[in-house]
Amino acid sequence: MSALTFTLKDPTNQRVDMSPLVCQKLQGLEIDAIAAIELQNGKRRLRVDELFYITGKNAQEIIIANSTDKLDFIGKELDGGTISVLGDAGAYLGMQMKSGTINVSGDTGLYAACEMKNGLLQIDGNAGDFLGGALPGNKQGMKGGTVLVKGNVGQRAGDHMRRGQILIEGNAGDYCGSRMLAGTIAVMGNTGRYLGYAMRRGTLLLWNQPQLSATFNDCGSHTLAFLPILFASFKSLNSRFAESNVVFNRVQRYGGDMAETGRGEVLVRL
Amino acid sequence: MIINGVTIDKTFAEAFPMKATRAIITAQNEKWAMISAQAMTGFATSVIACGCEAGIERVLSSDETPDGRPGVAIMIYAMGGKGLAKQLETRAGQCVLTSPTSALFAGIEGGKPIPLGKNLRYFGDGFQIAKKIGGKRYWRVPVMDGEFLTEATTGMVDAVGGGNFLVLAKSQPQALAACEAAIEEMRKIPNVIMPFPGGVVRSGSKVGSKYASLGASTNDAFCPTLKGITKTDLSPEIESVMEIVIDGLSKEDIDKAMRVGIQAVCDLGAANGIKRISAGNYGGKLGPFHFHLQEIMA
Repeated sequence: MSALTFTLKDPTNQRVDMSPLVCQKLQGLEIDAIAAIELQNGKRRLRVDELFYITGKNAQEIIIANSTDKLDFIGKELDGGTISVLGDAGAYLGMQMKSGTINVSGDTGLYAACEMKNGLLQIDGNAGDFLGGALPGNKQGMKGGTVLVKGNVGQRAGDHMRRGQILIEGNAGDYCGSRMLAGTIAVMGNTGRYLGYAMRRGTLLLWNQPQLSATFNDCGSHTLAFLPILFASFKSLNSRFAESNVVFNRVQRYGGDMAETGRGEVLVRL
Repeated sequence: MIINGVTIDKTFAEAFPMKATRAIITAQNEKWAMISAQAMTGFATSVIACGCEAGIERVLSSDETPDGRPGVAIMIYAMGGKGLAKQLETRAGQCVLTSPTSALFAGIEGGKPIPLGKNLRYFGDGFQIAKKIGGKRYWRVPVMDGEFLTEATTGMVDAVGGGNFLVLAKSQPQALAACEAAIEEMRKIPNVIMPFPGGVVRSGSKVGSKYASLGASTNDAFCPTLKGITKTDLSPEIESVMEIVIDGLSKEDIDKAMRVGIQAVCDLGAANGIKRISAGNYGGKLGPFHFHLQEIMA
């Protein structure tokens, strides 16, 4: 059975709420019923078939083709199955997703993996600000699962992050890991200013020496036993993180943010 | 049944249900993993007084362990889940957490999760760090030599304890040599431990005693020095009897271990002073698992 494919007919000027088009909500529906689902488009509500050509049947494997950065909430609360986005995605990609996989071939907007609970979210391009963050006013961001970004990420990646891992092959913007509660953020590229600002717990694993605030204290160089286990868990990913030549267990450890509880850590490869 | 001049008694070993778990101890090298494993499985020969039965299952190479260092797999058996959890935690805390360069991992996937490092983390006094990797939770506890890494839980499963056989020989050295040969072969079988010192028991017991406070006492029917004064099970030429006790994750595992063990003894045969193989049972009243020697060796 071929993948259920939504091909965007024309670029839309207004934002589209894609949250109804997730695997578990479409499972068992006929094409006619799927076509009749209404999506919020700006201030209007449009049928799916007004915006997309629909082909294929397998609702556990959804493809969104010709996608643009106007398509928000793709994979919201996804609970199993796979969504592949060919092109860019808008804001709130994979928000509160529970399980399954989302792949994006292009870039994503703000708040990707916002309050994500589990599953795998892979972004081949760049991600916007607040990757894995919490909705404004909420106290906990990403709570589980894995986010892999092959490009760069914006500011405040992992803001309020509670659990899970964010793997960034490129660079991270300012305030990476800000207000982090726990979890792991790994950055192969460079990081911006105010790294780990107000983080309480959690690990920032870096390949390059960051510019650290005065509230992070040097704890010395160490060989940490959990790192090989962490890298081994990346083996199944289609990523540079899975390559054996990136594995290390020798790090410089900085503890912080001492302006908070100081139980977080920045580990920099030696 | 006679194998190489050794009589296999038409009797059975009687075993009972237990709860079991496995843990993997790793360290900088095999020497220190073994030191930690030996400490953790020490004073754990019999549930009668030790609270559990424990032993080293096997040495693990670097590519068999979660952290890629040399390791040792140990198993602990107890009569109930609560007792097992208590023993595991106490022993892990005193014998592995304390051991230089050690790390501790679950050895059984599935089963009922019981705390491994879940509560040991409090030793970290708030500096401990949790890491959930690949669906498993680990604790990183800061210690003076660096970090103690431990998995939060391991699995507890139903198991069988008390499989056994007796080696009856013409002399004490011959009985011991036969048991050593048996243990060497039995240690190659997975999922079993022989919890007594070196795997061998010289003080097999019977249920009950003339002293009301004792639940078990010496198995006088197999004591060679009592041949003339008790209802003995020994013929005149038997001068020494030793027992091998086996705990295993399943009846089949114990079957296999008993088979290779008895075969190793029989390979030495009558020419080396081995006369009989027997087993300890209590008339079928103690446990539901019966290991019939002749069926196992058939």
